[in-house]
Amino acid sequence: MSVAAATLPVVARARRRVSFRAVFGLGVLLVIGGSAVFAPQLAPWDPARQMLLKRLRPPMWQERGLREHPLGTDHLGRDILSRILHGGRISLGVGLTAVTLSALIGVTLGLLAGFFGGRADAFIMRIVDVFLAIPYILLAMGVVFALGPSLLNVILVMGATRWVQFARIVRADVLSIREREFVAGARARGNRPLRLLLRHVLPNALTPIIVVATLELAFMIIYESALSFLGLGVQPPTPTWGWMLADGRNYVATAWWLATFPGLAIMLTVLAVNLLGDWLRDTLDPRLKV
Amino acid sequence: MAPLVEVQGLEKRFSVGGAWLSGRRRVIHAVDGVSFTIERGEVLGLVGESGCGKTTTGRLILRLIEPSAGRIRFEGHDLMALSPPRLWATRQRMQIVFQDPFASLNPRMRVGSIIAEPLAIYERAGATERRRQVSELLDVVGLDPAFAERYPHELSGGQRQRIGIAAALALRPSLIVADEPVSALDVSVQAQVLNLLMDLRRRFGLTYLFISHDLHVVLHMSDRVAVMYLGEIVEIGPRDALYHAPRHPYTQGLLSAAPVADPTLRRERIVPKGEVASPLAVPSGCRFHPRCPFVFARCRVERPRLRKLGAGHEAACHLNDRA
Amino acid sequence: MALLSVEGLRTHFATSAGAVRAVDGVSFAIARGEVLGLVGESGCGKSVTSLSIMRLVPPPGRIVAGRIRLEGDNLLDKDAEAMRRVRGARIAMVFQEPMTSLNPVFTIGDQIAAAVLAHEGGRRRAAWDRAVEMLDHVQMPSPGERARDYPHQLSGGLRQRAMIALALAPGPQLLIADEPTTALDVTIQAQILDLLRRLQAERGMAVLLITHDLGVVAELCHRVAIIYAGRIVEMAPVARIFEEPLHPYTRGLLRCLPHPSRFGQPLSSIEGAPPDLRGADAGCRFAPRCPLAIASCRRDEPVLAERRPGHFVACPVVSV
Repeated sequence: MSVAAATLPVVARARRRVSFRAVFGLGVLLVIGGSAVFAPQLAPWDPARQMLLKRLRPPMWQERGLREHPLGTDHLGRDILSRILHGGRISLGVGLTAVTLSALIGVTLGLLAGFFGGRADAFIMRIVDVFLAIPYILLAMGVVFALGPSLLNVILVMGATRWVQFARIVRADVLSIREREFVAGARARGNRPLRLLLRHVLPNALTPIIVVATLELAFMIIYESALSFLGLGVQPPTPTWGWMLADGRNYVATAWWLATFPGLAIMLTVLAVNLLGDWLRDTLDPRLKV
Repeated sequence: MAPLVEVQGLEKRFSVGGAWLSGRRRVIHAVDGVSFTIERGEVLGLVGESGCGKTTTGRLILRLIEPSAGRIRFEGHDLMALSPPRLWATRQRMQIVFQDPFASLNPRMRVGSIIAEPLAIYERAGATERRRQVSELLDVVGLDPAFAERYPHELSGGQRQRIGIAAALALRPSLIVADEPVSALDVSVQAQVLNLLMDLRRRFGLTYLFISHDLHVVLHMSDRVAVMYLGEIVEIGPRDALYHAPRHPYTQGLLSAAPVADPTLRRERIVPKGEVASPLAVPSGCRFHPRCPFVFARCRVERPRLRKLGAGHEAACHLNDRA
Repeated sequence: MALLSVEGLRTHFATSAGAVRAVDGVSFAIARGEVLGLVGESGCGKSVTSLSIMRLVPPPGRIVAGRIRLEGDNLLDKDAEAMRRVRGARIAMVFQEPMTSLNPVFTIGDQIAAAVLAHEGGRRRAAWDRAVEMLDHVQMPSPGERARDYPHQLSGGLRQRAMIALALAPGPQLLIADEPTTALDVTIQAQILDLLRRLQAERGMAVLLITHDLGVVAELCHRVAIIYAGRIVEMAPVARIFEEPLHPYTRGLLRCLPHPSRFGQPLSSIEGAPPDLRGADAGCRFAPRCPLAIASCRRDEPVLAERRPGHFVACPVVSV
């Protein structure tokens, strides 16, 4: 009922500089993404090629390092740099696919639960609770055990366990969107439930979906690495950063570069994705939209 | 000629509180036995303070919310008996305009799409013809047809409200429920929108249910006014009769409390005591009795019924029985 | 000497789109015990004016010019600590939305007692008693019990009473009330206005009432100032403003209100829309919308001049 409440001038973008987070995040991702896409062209060596005469060579700036292996070689003489580049393909590729899968499942269920409420909502939310209660690694282990480890199964497992993040956020958002007057107006003007959901509610729920998707990507990368580390993920000789970490575990004291570089790669990627996600969340915040 | 809208014994109950498993659910009678008619071409004003049920009533008669009980006849058809497809078809002739110009338009849709959408859904016109009608409607509400390309957040409150009106007009309805259409607008913009509504009514032969908490705005716009308190209509009658000779203490209270920008128009001060009662704890007997300056014994016990007092003027107050 | 004297106040907001001149040369005075209404539509600068007086303007807003004298002392010269002592004790503020201006995690009794302790010191027990006394003073039913309630447990009207009790507890000389009744039901609004009128008279307190509602002004104020686009366009005793509004904007405002003498007739309205406060426009800010505007209006900034005893207008065109 409040008419004309105190209107202070809209504080439009008090920050003048472009956000460091956005630039860094986007920049790093572009580099990593680019190198992942062009890995075959960029990698100096075949990542599976074992050159046993050159095993455990340190990075090129150290003594005993070789120029042709800038980041050194692993215990089977495979080039670390090439494996990281190819591993990036897997990590990012799996990550993106898994996020897409979990988004599809989660957003759909979240929309249905939030919009239709009642028993559908209660049912879906109970399933969400179940999924949340089970530690995802255990779940993944169970599934992979049953179906066998493979790239596809890894994606399926990840997608099928993380959808709950999307479902909860989307449901919460839909619950508030559906009460907004423009939805009632659209109903009065002939929109039937399905059209209302897709044409009016969903487009307004995109903001949190985008933000969650970005942050979930970071999570998926770590998730995949964890699964690989445990031996549940993609099998050798396909290099993934998780596998490289697992392999390098035994050599931490003697050949630190085996585990460190894949670890750095994971960390940098996740950091970039998180920063980007934070920035997106802040920019798309509706308070800044008049 | 039969009234356009006939409402009888309309009720809406909400259950409140208590989660799934806990026992405590209480029931709010947001609308508790409301009956009225709206004649074709008239403006019926619905006024009351928060919690009185006026907004709920507005949505009930369009069946945007499902009534718990009661009958609604629109253009002679029983709305409650209509099948979903027939109800959907009937919606074309009964539309609504909302209060909050910031929330009543989909922020992700262009203005032109918002207005054209009902035309598309009801297959009234092909794409070209829809564009033409959108331009025409924008013109009718006093906006440049170029606005069709804009997004709602690019427009001012008054402009958005006009868009809402244009969208409601698109299907050429006979009834428009205006739910606090000017409450969120500055006074000068409010005047423009009110004038627009009056003008449209004349041009298109519209019928309005005009809902507002602002008594003077309601009196200005309406032919007849109904005053609601805690889910009931306590008084209803022609505008002038209500303004000059209100027959319910709550109406009198509203009239005396509403600030008027004219010091010469001082009314006798009959300000109701206490707070507007909570719909969760409805007083016994007459719902207004705890606040009424004229309360007597009967009021606490017996719920008064609407009684005819004159031409179309009814009030629910035991005081009127004494005469 | 006037209790509060605002002279040439200018408060600007630095945004990425340019400086928004929310308050641009506002001057007025409030005498002891007087109620001055500051009336305007949204974005006119009335709230920013009140925040400027309290020196609570949020960044990127800044007071860039002017003087604000409270009993002769320029508030803009005071340091943070001195200003803190002024706020609450000498000038208090009441807002539109008591729900957001009362702390939700403390009882209202605690909040009022805390205000008493902060400004007067003393013992907690005594402060609590004072709190209950204040609640009684603002006609809170069962004040002893209500004092133990949390804000969310009270209705809008009772919360506003609590807000007023909180503001008045330290005994300020000036109360700034920013749309204190706008969010309330009309019957409750009437009660609160009655309360303010009574309290004001009893305590001889001055009030700056900020509102968009000329009806509220008619009920409560002695004098009224009309503000448009950051400048005062007319200032006069209340009776005079309604009897003979002089400025075209004031007349426009009054004519667009529904009035019993013209129910059902088309309302006159003011053409156009309020100006963009970023403009470096010369001349009268109302000129683009003014039915009486002449060429010089767009060039020369009008000055508030006394056209009738006590009645000031910023418009050279209006014939007297």
